[in-house]
Amino acid sequence: MLDKIKDFASDFFVTGDPLIYGADVSIGLTIIAVVFALTYFKKWTWLWRDWLTTVDHKKIGIMYVIASLLMLFRGGVDALLMRTQLAIPDSEFLSPEHYNQIFTTHGVIMILFMAMPLMFGLFNLVVPLQLGARDVAFPFLNSLSFWLFFFGAMLFNVSFVIGGSPDAGWLSYPPLSGISHSPGVGQDFYIWGIQISGIGSLMTGINFIVTILKMRAPGMKLMKMPMFSWSVLSSCLTIILAFPILTVTLALLFIDRYLGAHFFTLDGGGNPMMYINLIWMWGHPEVYIVVLPAFGIFSEIAATFAKKKLFGYKSMVFALMSISLLSFFTWAHHFFTMGSGANVNAFFAVTTMIIAIPTGVKVFNWLFTMYRGRLSFPTPMLWMIGFIPCFVVGGMTGVLLSVAPADFQFHNSYFLIAHFHQVLIGGVAFGYFAGLYYWWPKVFGFKLNEKIGKWAFWTWNIGFYVCFMPQYFLGLMGMTRRVSSYGWDKGWYELNLTSTIGGFLMGIGFLFQVWQILHSIKFMEKDTTGDPWDGRTLEWTIPSPAPLYNFATLPQVTEKDDFWEEKQRIAQGHAPKPRPQLEPIHMPKNSGIPFVMSAFWFVAGFGFVFDWLWMAIPGLIGVAVCMLVHSFRYKTDYYISVDEIKRTEAAARRVV
Amino acid sequence: MAQSGNHIIAKPSQEHDHGHGKEGHHDLESLRMMGFWIFLITDCILFGTLFATYVVLNGNTAGGPTPAELFEMPGVIAETFILLTSSFTSGLAVLSMNRGDRKGLIRWLLVTVLLGASFIALEVTEFMTLVHEGASISTSAQWSAFYVLVGTHGLHVTIGLVWMIAIMIQLKQHGINSVTRRKVNIISLYWHFLDVIWIFVFTIVYMMGVM
Ligand code: HEM
Ligand SMILES: [Cu+2]
Repeated sequence: MLDKIKDFASDFFVTGDPLIYGADVSIGLTIIAVVFALTYFKKWTWLWRDWLTTVDHKKIGIMYVIASLLMLFRGGVDALLMRTQLAIPDSEFLSPEHYNQIFTTHGVIMILFMAMPLMFGLFNLVVPLQLGARDVAFPFLNSLSFWLFFFGAMLFNVSFVIGGSPDAGWLSYPPLSGISHSPGVGQDFYIWGIQISGIGSLMTGINFIVTILKMRAPGMKLMKMPMFSWSVLSSCLTIILAFPILTVTLALLFIDRYLGAHFFTLDGGGNPMMYINLIWMWGHPEVYIVVLPAFGIFSEIAATFAKKKLFGYKSMVFALMSISLLSFFTWAHHFFTMGSGANVNAFFAVTTMIIAIPTGVKVFNWLFTMYRGRLSFPTPMLWMIGFIPCFVVGGMTGVLLSVAPADFQFHNSYFLIAHFHQVLIGGVAFGYFAGLYYWWPKVFGFKLNEKIGKWAFWTWNIGFYVCFMPQYFLGLMGMTRRVSSYGWDKGWYELNLTSTIGGFLMGIGFLFQVWQILHSIKFMEKDTTGDPWDGRTLEWTIPSPAPLYNFATLPQVTEKDDFWEEKQRIAQGHAPKPRPQLEPIHMPKNSGIPFVMSAFWFVAGFGFVFDWLWMAIPGLIGVAVCMLVHSFRYKTDYYISVDEIKRTEAAARRVV
Repeated sequence: MAQSGNHIIAKPSQEHDHGHGKEGHHDLESLRMMGFWIFLITDCILFGTLFATYVVLNGNTAGGPTPAELFEMPGVIAETFILLTSSFTSGLAVLSMNRGDRKGLIRWLLVTVLLGASFIALEVTEFMTLVHEGASISTSAQWSAFYVLVGTHGLHVTIGLVWMIAIMIQLKQHGINSVTRRKVNIISLYWHFLDVIWIFVFTIVYMMGVM
């Protein structure tokens, strides 16, 4: 009996690696500390009532941001572990197996559990405010999306200490990810973690499309909508077209593994190449899904800190929409070398290059927006300025890669690694940082320390170039991706060491950001105006942080950048627009169902991972029961009275 | 009705007059209707992907049984007929609702549920026979694709059944109001959608399989 338990435990828990024992201990200690703190300060009901059950888009946005920054930390530690291994030839810091697991989890976490939730966090924090809306279209669904992401991410993350991590790369190509080559549970963690959070992403896509199409303030025609909201719309349209493909692809892979089906196996008539096609039909649009909102952020920031109208509004909208459409016609550039034939390769090479056109249009528009503007350079603007050269170089190396014959040379080399990190860090991560800095005062009601922020910016940026520029040369020198070690005779040593130093510099940049936040919480500089940057769009018309109901009365929009124009008019001595009378505000009630239902998904996913039907089936039943219970709830809303609105507004020192 | 923002009041008790607001804004129920349409688009892509895999893998029987050998068309035609009829009865349910006839509404929904359940019963029988004759999900890529595509449709129908029963109970509890009306409209939309998908299944899987 005891032996049996021991056997089970040694299979169940990941053993044998001091790094992982260290992680076990720190995870255990963190959990104990959190439970203790919540109990000691009697915060359990607060946690449940104010956060776990909330349907307020602003709080959901904050939870997304916190979770994604934690994931950035985890993915970043993974990255530094890999870079440490690669700093010295013949190094034995990480075993090859462990290295495979780390690059797989790093890739998945960074794209799906860092970039996506950070993006959803910004959607939630900003879009309703920018539209002059009181909420998103489906607040309940919004909370469900968040918790599905959260529990999906947790399921993926526990693989690290329980059962073992996936190691077949972030897109898990079969046959490597099939049952014959990956018999362990790691792949199943991958499938279920992504699947559960992916459903959440799909629902967010639907939610924000409806929000944007239907909930704009009176008078805000689509062509008067702020550019960030446009970018969210284009990103969400891409989500609803791309994510169902991912859902199917992962489901088929799971059915292959679990029921012995033959979609992607080498025997039984299966076709692994079909997986590669399917996964990239999602995967390529996915990179645009995460980068389009960054474009929107840059448009807002460029206009605000140049104090000028955005240059080429219509062409910006057109560029966004054409990028989201074109992104569906380029997927095969990820396997030029896999024998599709010259004509197919030529088609996908050309479609890929075409995307450079709308992207170029956007870059020029930002430059023209800033040209001759009254420029100022607070931290959000710095990140925008840092982004432009980075993205231009990344875009150019991308065009190089899109030339099919050239790709036969660069394919799967460090040249590619350098290219995609340049667009993912320089475009996506820098973009979202810029957005966080820009909207931070609106969300939290206080400003972030500019001085530490500048340190963070410079260490990140210098670190970035030190880390990734050498990798282009390494790629040209023949270093392939996903190698965990190389010999002294290769001559790659200096460049790799330099690259690792750059990686650690970025790590220091992250620490600066953490310090910046803690410092700013301590020495809080309150934003009493609600409009710290002299903004242009509606979110800056209300107090910071925004009250529960966002807008006491709905704004009447007459033009683009309505708030800015209004400020100009008032400065010229015109009377401000009349405000309609206060009326009771209709609000959705909190609900614990999204949290509970997602927890049941976690249980079901965990059961499937370990092939424990006794656990999986109750999990699924729990999910179904939650849905039914929700369907039978009718009293899901309440009203905020006029008195209470008056009190809240007065407290925010903006008596109506 | 008062418009207090983009959440126009749509309390279950307030029956009528919940169309478009003053500024062309839509009420909660119509937001949900639009959300559901978009969900259907995503579901279309989901099925589209499954059809594509089916077409790619069609014929990859790896030496095992082929569809032409095993499909039994009479059963499939019966399934088709039953599902088409249930789509029609769900339409009748909506017509009763629009007349304000709660009894008729529930009765037609019940007929729809019964028809849907017999569809599922026939499908399960069909699957069991196929497995018996040596074509299971792990026999070959051909059959993997078959079970997953047809099974996903069947799963959708099953979910629809549970959902429809839940709505019938709610109709008993609350009668016809703006909320239940939207729910009935949505389920009937969903049901017609599954019907359309089935017609594709019938043509691409069964007709082309036996031809
Ligand atoms: C913060 C600094 C970062 C460093 C130092 C870093 C470093 C690395 C390294 C060393 C690899 C493995 C290369 C190989 O051996 O094949 C890698 C792979 C990868 N990284 Fe990063 N990374 C960083 C940030 C990011 C970010 C922000 C993203 C995405 C938003 C990202 C996405 C990926 C992906 C998708 C892979 C491929 C994984 C695979 O091969 O399956 N990384 N990164
Ligand atoms: Cu691509």
